[in-house]
Parts: sequence; C-alpha cells; structure tokens
Amino acid sequence: MSRPTPAPATGAKPKLKTSAMIASIAGEGQRTTAAPFGNALVELGKTREDIVGLTADLAKYTDLHIFAKAYPDRFYQMGMAEQLLMGAASGLAHEGFTPFVTTYAVFASRRAYDFVHQTIAEENRNVKIVCALPGLTSGYGPSHQAAEDLALFRAMPNLMVIDPCDAHEIEQAVPAIAAHNGPVYMRLLRGNVPLVLDEYDYKFEIGKAKLLRDGADVLVVSSGIMTMRALEVATMLERDKVDVAVLHVPTIKPLDTATILREAGRSGRLVVVAENHTVIGGLGEAVAGALLRAGVHPPFRQIGLPDEFLDAGALPTLHDRYGISANAMAASIKGWLG
Amino acid sequence: MTTTAIGHNTHLAERAYRIRRNALLMGEVQGQGYIGQALDIADVLAVSYFHAMRYRPAEPEWEGRDRFMLSNGHYAIALYAALIEAGIIPQEELETYGSDDSRLPMSGMASYTPGMEMSGGSLGLGLSLAVGRCLGLKRKGSDARVYTLFSDGELDEGSVWEAILSAAHWKLDNLIAIVDVNNQQADGPSTQVMAFEPLTDKLAAFGWFVQRVDGNDLDAVVAAFDVAKSCPDPKPRMIVCDTKMGKGVPFLEAREKNHFIRVDAHEWQLALDALDAGRTA
Repeated sequence: MSRPTPAPATGAKPKLKTSAMIASIAGEGQRTTAAPFGNALVELGKTREDIVGLTADLAKYTDLHIFAKAYPDRFYQMGMAEQLLMGAASGLAHEGFTPFVTTYAVFASRRAYDFVHQTIAEENRNVKIVCALPGLTSGYGPSHQAAEDLALFRAMPNLMVIDPCDAHEIEQAVPAIAAHNGPVYMRLLRGNVPLVLDEYDYKFEIGKAKLLRDGADVLVVSSGIMTMRALEVATMLERDKVDVAVLHVPTIKPLDTATILREAGRSGRLVVVAENHTVIGGLGEAVAGALLRAGVHPPFRQIGLPDEFLDAGALPTLHDRYGISANAMAASIKGWLG
Repeated sequence: MTTTAIGHNTHLAERAYRIRRNALLMGEVQGQGYIGQALDIADVLAVSYFHAMRYRPAEPEWEGRDRFMLSNGHYAIALYAALIEAGIIPQEELETYGSDDSRLPMSGMASYTPGMEMSGGSLGLGLSLAVGRCLGLKRKGSDARVYTLFSDGELDEGSVWEAILSAAHWKLDNLIAIVDVNNQQADGPSTQVMAFEPLTDKLAAFGWFVQRVDGNDLDAVVAAFDVAKSCPDPKPRMIVCDTKMGKGVPFLEAREKNHFIRVDAHEWQLALDALDAGRTA
C-alpha cells in the first residue's frame, strides 16, 4: 500500500513525534505509580522463595530489573531468545519453581507461540508470562504492537489470560496469579502506570468481572486500559445526559460469563465492548459468542483496533485514529445512540 | 547399575536387544512407526537406562532421579521400549502403542505417560527445556543430571542454538546432551538438507565438552557416558552419536534410507526373526 506524501506541518499545531517505544500511557496530570509489577514481585518474593524471574534482554523494559536487583540469584537473563526463554521457564517450573517470564507481548505471542503452547500450556507448567506493550501501547509500528495477543493466547488450552487496567490492579494481580497453580499470560503496563481503580473500592479477583459504575443507557464491557477510558467516557457523557455503566473484565479467560450475561441481559441498554486489541478474537468476540450462545441479544457494538497493520506515530494520535481514545470512544457511542 | 568392564558389556547388549524387540513389537501392533530410529538409538538408550542413569522404576517422579528428556518426540517408540525394559511402563501396555486411549501415543507426552519428562512432537524444544531443568536442579542443590536426546535434523532449528549458547553461558555441567546423527530427516540426508558439519568443532567452539562416537558401539557409548559424567570442566556435555538406521535388522539397514522406513505387514515377524538371529550370532 502506498501512502501519500505528507503535507508539511503548518499552522499553530505541530505534528506529534512518534512516542518512545516505552512511553507511558498516562495522561497529563494523571496519578501514577512507578513500576507496580516489579515492586509487587519484589514484595511477593519476600515470602515466596520459589519465585524466579526470567527475561529475554528486556528486564529494564518490563520492570523486572527491580526484581533482579532485589534478588540477583533468582534472576535469569536468557538473552534475546524467546523460544529458549519459554522452554527454560517450563523446565524451572517442572523442578518446582514459579517463574515469572517477561518480554514484549509481540515476542511472547508471535515469536514463541509454539514454545508457550507445547512446553508451558500443554504440560500445564506453573509459568507466569507477563508482557509489556500489549495491544496498541507503542507507537513504534507493527513490530512492537501486539494487536492480536489476546486472540492468540485465548485460543490456547490451559492458559489463563489477564488484561489489567492500572497500577492498582497490577499490584493485586501479581500475588493472585502467583497463587494460581497453572500457566498465566498477563498483559503488563510498565514504568509510570496510571492509578485509577483505587477510587472505585476495587479488588482484583481471578475470573471475576466487576461493575465499576452503573448506568441506564449504555453498558461498556472492557478490559485493560480501555476500562480507564470507559470511566472517562462515562464522565464525559454525563454532560449529554447519557448514563453509562462500566463492567471491567480483567480476566479474558476464563471469562466471567455469568456476570456478563446478567449485565448484558438487562433490557434497554446498548452493549459496547471496548478493548485495546484487534476486533478479531479478543474480548469483543468472546462476549459476542457468550451472548449468542445464551440467547441474549442486546444492541451490540465493538470498539477495538481495525484488522490492519497499524501506523507508527504518537500514541495519542494513533489512539484517536483507531478509535480507542476517550474522545473517539465517546463520539462512537454518541453516534450509535443517534 | 553396575559398570561392566569395557569390551564385556554383554548385559547391555541383551538390554539393547530387548529394547529393539519391544520396539518391533510395538511397530507390529501399530503397523507403522519410526522403527529405523528406534533400532538406531537402542544402544544409546540401553547405556542410558542400564548403565548411566539413576532412577527408581516404581517411582518415576522420584526427586533424586536423573531426568531423560526426549526432544525428538517421534522416537517415543524407542523410549517406550526402554521404559518397558526398565520397568517404568508395564510390559502389557506395549500392545496399546498408538491405539485409542493408550498412554503410549506415537509422540511422547509428559502429561500422561510415566517416565516421559516432556511433551514432544514439535522438534527443537528439548534442549531449551533441559536448560531450565538444569538451572532448577542447581537451584535446589540437587546432584541429579539431565540427559537430553535430540536428532541431527533438529540442528536446523534456531531454538537448539539458543539453548546451546545458553547452556554454555550458565555452565550447565549437569547437562548431558546426546545428538543422534543418523543422517536422515524428513526431506533427505540431514547433512544435505542443511549442512551442519563439522559438528564437533562447532559445539566445542560454543563452549561444550564434546565427544563423538559410534552410537552403535556399546563399549564406545559406555566410555563416552562415563567420561561425560566424570569430566571436571564447568561445561555442558555433548555426545555426538553416529548411528545406523535400522541397526540390528540387516534387511532394514539395507533398505533405501528414509526418515520413515516402510515395513510391510508380513515383515515385522521377519524383522523379529532377523533380530533374534543377530542376538545368537
């Protein structure tokens, strides 16, 4: 596909620059917590001596360096070799350890898929795969944009799939997935991570969807960063007298079908599934399938990434372009309500 | 197991014969199987299970056992044959090989087969798993070893070289890897599919302690395992075993070389007879 020669930036508004590969997704002025994953793992490591950390040359970029610094003898640098990373983690788990494995979501899902499938999921090893740059959280281009990680990992038997929203949830999810005996894939937000859910009296529980706010007109079903966007959208739409409920679904698999059916089955609401993922094979289609199978048929829309290779650029630009920024999401919902 | 003096490994020859026989019986049950490989690797398995390794037949998950990782999962017929001979899998299960609901599927499965330390089938997994097992054993302060069998065709897989780099990096002297060089893979002779020689030099350059032996010479294999175990170098150990497809059954040895040797229904008994003839010779 060719693309037109861009016009030079003119006028008062300069074009934004491509976001750094590990740019924080925090909005301006948003409250954040530094490295919630790394710090939570260090805390957990105090009592869980079976926990070891492995990475493929991305410790610093997944906040695992904090664990490595705290427990140097429990940290394994496996080099830039994701297949080895997964196989070795399986081997350590087979010997009774609980490996937390980090890399970018693209490499765990796309490059090492067969190793995760055969050595971790099929053998049902107690490995926690925790991956940065999920969905569209990098402006670097398709090489680093894991738009399909949830679809790939949802399709893998035995594997639990978690998409946390913010620092508060990550801090709670780390001990929770460590306590679960079995393989887990968890999306990771690293660096200065937005802090949102602490204001909602929220507690992460594996396999549980939680209604963060109720509303009569629209039910947004969301996971990951799209939940914080949904909460923002709900506030924005209050001004337009649109009442938005937000159901947060951090566990993509196993899906909390009962809660989803209960909420989506309440009559009179538009159901919108919002995900930081391609519209193919992620939360949207998981929810759609659950509704269809149960004979629940509310008006249904999806907010997610298009089925195409995404552009490089600044994250705010890209989130607007692909409809997952709060503004774009609010506009879509208003359009659907007519 | 006690060590027999070099040149007098008659008890191992008998074990190897029985492993080959078990494999042929399984091939007959299923009507097919990677029998060429099973016959070529029987001597290495006899030395592994009846000379080198520490294990308890009645307790396959015994913590102190040496771990045997079958990276080339299609060799499962050979490993089942050895596990039956070792008493880890009951002899009567042999007849279920490759049948519905059997614990002995054509490719090895860790999830439900006693003595199977990994799920194979997809090639190039074993050495990476072995690296993790070795790191784990060292963490636990265990003196158990990890034996990993893989095939020359797997040398084409990048993951094998990731693990080869890593095992040397971590100085995994508790790892004894065995590569079966029978020079056959799916599309033809392994050395022609993707040139990997000089293999010994390559592996040594990667930081491994390397020996190369005739994998069908029991005395040589015993000696190589002994040296691999006693070597004081802080290096992973590799034993390159040159083997002959179909070994022990002359008409299969002579058959046109093929990754998947075709054996007609009436030939299984002929193969067993030929094996028996070689035993008494």
